[in-house]
Amino acid sequence: MEPIKASRRTFLSLAAVGALAACGTSGPKSSTPGAAGDGATYWFLTGQPQQAIREAQVKRFNDANSATQLKTTTFQNDAFKQKIKTAIGAGQGPTLIWGWGGGGLKSYVDAGQVEDLSDFFGQNTALKDSIFPSAFGAATVGGKIYAMPVETTTPIVLFYDKRAFEKIGAQPPQSWGDIMDLVPKFNAAKIAPFSLGGQSRWTNMMWLEFLFDRIGGSEVFQNIFDGGANGWSDPSALKALDEMQKLIKAGGFIKGFSSITADSNADQALLFTGKAAMMLHGAWTYGNMKSSGGDFVTGGHLGYMNFPGVDGGKGDPSDTVGNPGQYLAISSKASAADKETAKKFLANNTIDDASVDAWVKSGSISVAKSSKDRLAGITDKNDAEWLKFVYDTSANAKVFAQSWDQALSPTQAETLLDNIAKLFQLSISPQQFADSMNAVIGK
Amino acid sequence: MVFPALLMFVVFGVLPLIGVLVLSFAQWDGLGAIRPAGMANWGSVLSDPGLPHAIWVTFEIMILSWAVQTPVSLLIGTFLAGRQRYRGFLAVLYFVPLLLSSAAIAITYKALLDPNFGLGAGLKIGFLTQDWLGESGLAVAVVIFVVSWQFIPFHSLIYQGGVRQIPTSMYEAAAIDGAGRIRQFFSITVPQLKYTIITSSTLMVVGSLTFFDLIFVLTAGGPGDATRVLALDMYKRGFQANLMGPASVIAVLLVLIGLALALLLRRLGGSTTASQQEGA
Repeated sequence: MEPIKASRRTFLSLAAVGALAACGTSGPKSSTPGAAGDGATYWFLTGQPQQAIREAQVKRFNDANSATQLKTTTFQNDAFKQKIKTAIGAGQGPTLIWGWGGGGLKSYVDAGQVEDLSDFFGQNTALKDSIFPSAFGAATVGGKIYAMPVETTTPIVLFYDKRAFEKIGAQPPQSWGDIMDLVPKFNAAKIAPFSLGGQSRWTNMMWLEFLFDRIGGSEVFQNIFDGGANGWSDPSALKALDEMQKLIKAGGFIKGFSSITADSNADQALLFTGKAAMMLHGAWTYGNMKSSGGDFVTGGHLGYMNFPGVDGGKGDPSDTVGNPGQYLAISSKASAADKETAKKFLANNTIDDASVDAWVKSGSISVAKSSKDRLAGITDKNDAEWLKFVYDTSANAKVFAQSWDQALSPTQAETLLDNIAKLFQLSISPQQFADSMNAVIGK
Repeated sequence: MVFPALLMFVVFGVLPLIGVLVLSFAQWDGLGAIRPAGMANWGSVLSDPGLPHAIWVTFEIMILSWAVQTPVSLLIGTFLAGRQRYRGFLAVLYFVPLLLSSAAIAITYKALLDPNFGLGAGLKIGFLTQDWLGESGLAVAVVIFVVSWQFIPFHSLIYQGGVRQIPTSMYEAAAIDGAGRIRQFFSITVPQLKYTIITSSTLMVVGSLTFFDLIFVLTAGGPGDATRVLALDMYKRGFQANLMGPASVIAVLLVLIGLALALLLRRLGGSTTASQQEGA
C-alpha cells in the first residue's frame, strides 16, 4: 500500500506534506502552456497520493477522447483556494471546479457560477445510485444538485494508543463519562489524555461537532445550518460547550495545545510517540501515522473507534461527522462543448473501477458504493481492518454530517473558528460563544 | 522620464487605492455582484471590539520591534563599518537572515519553538520548553523577536553604509580632544546618522504595518487573537470570511495610518534638514 501522506486537511490549510518544500512550489503548473485557451479545463490540488490518482483519471479520459482533451492545472492547496475564487469571480475559472461542497459551493451557486446538475443525474441514475447517498447532501443547494461527489469519504474518528491504555490498565472509553474519568488517570501516568493541534482551530471544532451531536442530536446543528434564530444558544448546545470547557479545565488536552498545528502533523506525532493517549482526528491521518509512526500502525498499537455517546444525550452514537466527499462542479460560464466534455469526464472517469481501486489502495474509502467489494482484496491485515472500520462507520452512520467549517458559509465559518479558538483558551464562556455565533447565523 | 514612473504609480498605487475605497462602501463576497452598502461596512468594522484590539496589537508590535531593532542594528552597523577583515567575515554571517523568505523563517521558528518536538524538548532545556506560541504574552514576544531577527540584518546594512559616510577626520579630531570610543559613538556617530535613523525607522514602522506573511505562518493571529494585527485581520475578513467590504475598510485604515506615520517621520527629519545643511 502506498503511504498516505496527504489528507483532506492538507488542502484546507497550510501544506502538511513538506511545508518547507511548498514554499518553492506554490506556483501553478500547467500541463499545457496557456491552458486558458479553448477546451475544457480542470484545476486540482497537488499532494500525494491524491494527485497521482487525479492525474491518472485525466490521462484515461484523454486517451479515450482524443478530440476533446481535458487540460489540467495543479495548485498547492492554499494557493488554490484563493486562486479559484478570484478566477471564478473574474469569469476566468476552469470548466471543472474542484471543492469541498457545502457553504463554499453555495456561494458559487448564489453567484450563478455553477451548472445545475440535477438533470445530468436524472439521466444518469445508475451513476447517481453508485455513490453513497450521504455524499450528496453537501452537493445539494435548495433541492438541486450542483456538484458530483468524487474521491473519498473521510469520517472523523477517535484514535487511541493501545500501549497507553495497557500502561494504566484501563479500557478505551465507552462514554463521555469514561473520557472524563480517564483524564486524571492518564495525567497521573504523565501521558496527556488527548493530543490536539489547537492552532489549526478546525481541530478543536471536531470535538464540538461530536459533542453537539451526542448531547442534542443532529438536529441542533441542522437548525443552525438552516438559519434558525439563536440556534447556538439551544440548551443542548450550551451544555456541549460547557462539557467541552470542563474537559479542557480538567487537563484533557496536551499542554501547549494551542500552539500545535495539524499542518505539521505534530498532533499525530504526539499520539504515535506515546506522549498522548488519544486523538480525535480525520480518517485521512491513518496513512501518515502508518508511514511516519514507526511500528505504531504495523505493530498493531493503533486503536480506533467512533466517538462514544454522552450519558443522557439524545444523539445517535452511530452518527459521524467529517467529509462525505470531495466535489466537482461545472462552471456555468463554460461553452456548451466544454460542459459536455466535463460531464463525460464526470460520468466515465471519476468513480470508475480504476479510480475506486486506486483510492482503496491508498487507504481511503471511495465515495462509490463499490468500495466494499474492493476491501476483500486488501492483503495487509491492519489496512484491511482499518478500511472495514471506515467503511462501516460511513455506511452505518444514521447521519453523516459535513464538517461545520465546510457546511457553513465562509463568513460564518471564519467567525466560528475564531470563537472556537477563544473557547478552547477559556477566554470566553459558552454563553459568550453562543452570542457571537448567533449574531452571524444566516450570514 | 517621469512618465513611466507616474504610470506605474497610477496603475499599481492609485487605482487599487481607489478600488479599495469604493469597495469599502460596497458589499461583495468576491464572487457575485458588487452591491453598494453605504456606510454599513464602516459602521460594522468601527463598532467591532476586535478593531481596537487589532490596532493595539499592531502598534504594540510596531513600537516594540522598533525599540528592539534600532539599537541593535545601530550597534551592529557601526561595528561592521570597520574595515577589519574579521568584521567582513562576520558581516556575511549576520546578513544570512536577509536571504531567507518570511515564510521559511516562520516555519523554521515554529518547528524550533514547538513545545513537544522543538529545540527545548529535543535538547531537554527546561527554559526553552515554554508554550511559546500558545500563550498570549509569549506569542507577541516571539513575533517581535522573529521580526527583529529577520530585519536587523537589513537595517544593520543601512547603518553600516551610513557610518562609512561619516568623515574619518571627525573621529580623528575627537580623538585628539580626548573623546573615548563611547563618547565618539554618542557625539559623532549617532548625530551624523540622523537621516539614516529616520530612513531606517520609517522603513521599520511603515513596514511593520504590513507584517502579514510571518505572523500568518507563525501564529495565524493566535492564540485567540493575541497576534491578530490589522493586516491579518484584513486578510481574514476578506479572503477567509469572504467579506471584501469590511476588509476594504481595514485596508483604508491601514493606508491612512501608514500615511500619517510616514508624514510624521518625514516631519521629524525635515525640521532638522536646514540646520544640518548649515552645519555642513
